[in-house]
Amino acid sequence: MDMTKTTDVPPPAPQPTADLKKSANRGATRAGDRVFLGLSRGSGILLLVIMAAIAVFLTYRASLAISKDHGNFLTTFEWNTNLVPPSFGIAVLAFGTVVSSVIAMALAVPVAVSIALFLTHYAPRRMSGPVAYVIDLLAAVPSIVYGLWGALILVPHLNGLFGWLDEYLGWTGIFSWQGGAPRSMLTVGILLAIMILPIITNVSREVFRQVPRMHEEAALALGATRWEVIRMSVLPFGRSGVISASMLGLGRALGETMAVATVLSPTFDIQTSLLDPGGGTFAQNIASKFGEATQDGRDALIASGLVLFVITLLVNGAARAIIARRKEYSGANA
Amino acid sequence: MAKRIDVSGLTAYYGSHKAIEDISMTVEPRSVTAFIGPSGCGKSTFLRTLNRMHEVTPGGRVEGKVLLDDEDLYGTGVDPVSVRREVGMVFQRPNPFPTMSIFDNVAAGLRLNGNYRKNELNDIVEKSLKGANLWNEVKDRLNKPGAGLSGGQQQRLCIARAIAVEPKVLLMDEPCSALDPISTLAIEDLIGELKERFTIVIVTHNMQQAARVSDRTAFFNLAAVGQPGRLIEIDDTERIFSNPSVQATEDYISGRFG
Repeated sequence: MDMTKTTDVPPPAPQPTADLKKSANRGATRAGDRVFLGLSRGSGILLLVIMAAIAVFLTYRASLAISKDHGNFLTTFEWNTNLVPPSFGIAVLAFGTVVSSVIAMALAVPVAVSIALFLTHYAPRRMSGPVAYVIDLLAAVPSIVYGLWGALILVPHLNGLFGWLDEYLGWTGIFSWQGGAPRSMLTVGILLAIMILPIITNVSREVFRQVPRMHEEAALALGATRWEVIRMSVLPFGRSGVISASMLGLGRALGETMAVATVLSPTFDIQTSLLDPGGGTFAQNIASKFGEATQDGRDALIASGLVLFVITLLVNGAARAIIARRKEYSGANA
Repeated sequence: MAKRIDVSGLTAYYGSHKAIEDISMTVEPRSVTAFIGPSGCGKSTFLRTLNRMHEVTPGGRVEGKVLLDDEDLYGTGVDPVSVRREVGMVFQRPNPFPTMSIFDNVAAGLRLNGNYRKNELNDIVEKSLKGANLWNEVKDRLNKPGAGLSGGQQQRLCIARAIAVEPKVLLMDEPCSALDPISTLAIEDLIGELKERFTIVIVTHNMQQAARVSDRTAFFNLAAVGQPGRLIEIDDTERIFSNPSVQATEDYISGRFG
């Protein structure tokens, strides 16, 4: 009864709102605006559809694999997909992926930020342009080339470093070395660090270049030295940009495949030492096993890919949270 | 505490372009000196040579002498960083450090200069904010970001930051040009109080402002675009605005050009 009443007699208030809306929209109905709106909205939707499709595909195939898994998917230290029933787990891969990426970040971020600061605040202009260009070129080198370089040049030259680490830091357990070929997590970390250095450097450089002149002058006028200017105005302003840059680098490190597969001697166990060969990463494991895998084996690899996908999402979320936490202190409104 | 500035034969360049030429003047301690003149005449450039900020601009270089009491700021072995600790500066647009709280903004210069105990720091920050007539407005939110204040408050925060380190001279580069009339009035009142303690030099495009706040006024001009700016005359403000000795000054002040 009430319902029909409302539909029969529409309240007068919405009328002007509808009119307003119509007239406000009139500007957007020009052909150019409509085409652009359609294109940009379409691109946005397409992106969401692709993401959803990937997630659905990964989840479906992963669920097939995990339901057949005889071991515990999270904790099993083996990858035997040809057994009946199959037994496999991602513990080793998750450990290896995270450890190698953490090593890469720890090595690359300080160096990249230093290079970016040098190029923007110390180097003469005539020099910073060409150097930045060379760093851009480094980003364009295919990862298999890094992998070949790592296997043929880097690995043979790491014996000295590994021996030194073992001698002085071996007592920590992390840096003990039994003398195997230096194709370990540390090797992977070093190689990944070199690979992600250009992207972190370039994005940081862009961010540091955009620090408003007036913030730097504020520090200078207080009697700050060049380093103090950097500490007081450049680094705080560039902080969120550097975090984003690092996340781009981390994304590449987490997903890097060929270079890791080329330098690592994979085994399916977790080494406490970073110097002893062994371990593996998600991407490397998928690349080296996918070709010969059975249907179940492929599903299992896809399940491990899903875990990598989730880790990447978590890392990105964490980065966003860090940036958002101090938003009111960001330089955006000044 | 406040010091006399004595400039002789000062010429400043941007690369090969000569921006100001052969400027000499004396600024008495505990007075306000205003620089006026048309855009591009080198007032700001000259101001920035007084705390060696000019040379941080790429290509910027300076010839001549600037004496602060008896010490030549451009003498050999003088560190520009220590010059800037003696000669503070307030800029055209308020520029508090966006990532710092109000308290940290004021304390920024002190933390550069040395180690202060927590309560010493609290005292100086309070005193500086009171000196900048900002204390009552911000005392309850010292830990909030400085960028959240209004434009006029931000500019007073910048003044508080500059005076916290007890400079000998305070340079102000059009400090009110980005502010509304009420905030401008607050800053002008503040300048009147600050001159009891500091030597103040202020660049302004607002001639009423120069007449209101300054004891001495210097008029700068340039012969033509591309020519270096020169000091036309410097005299007591009253005289400059009533009976200047150079015709160009009178033309500028009465609005016949510029």
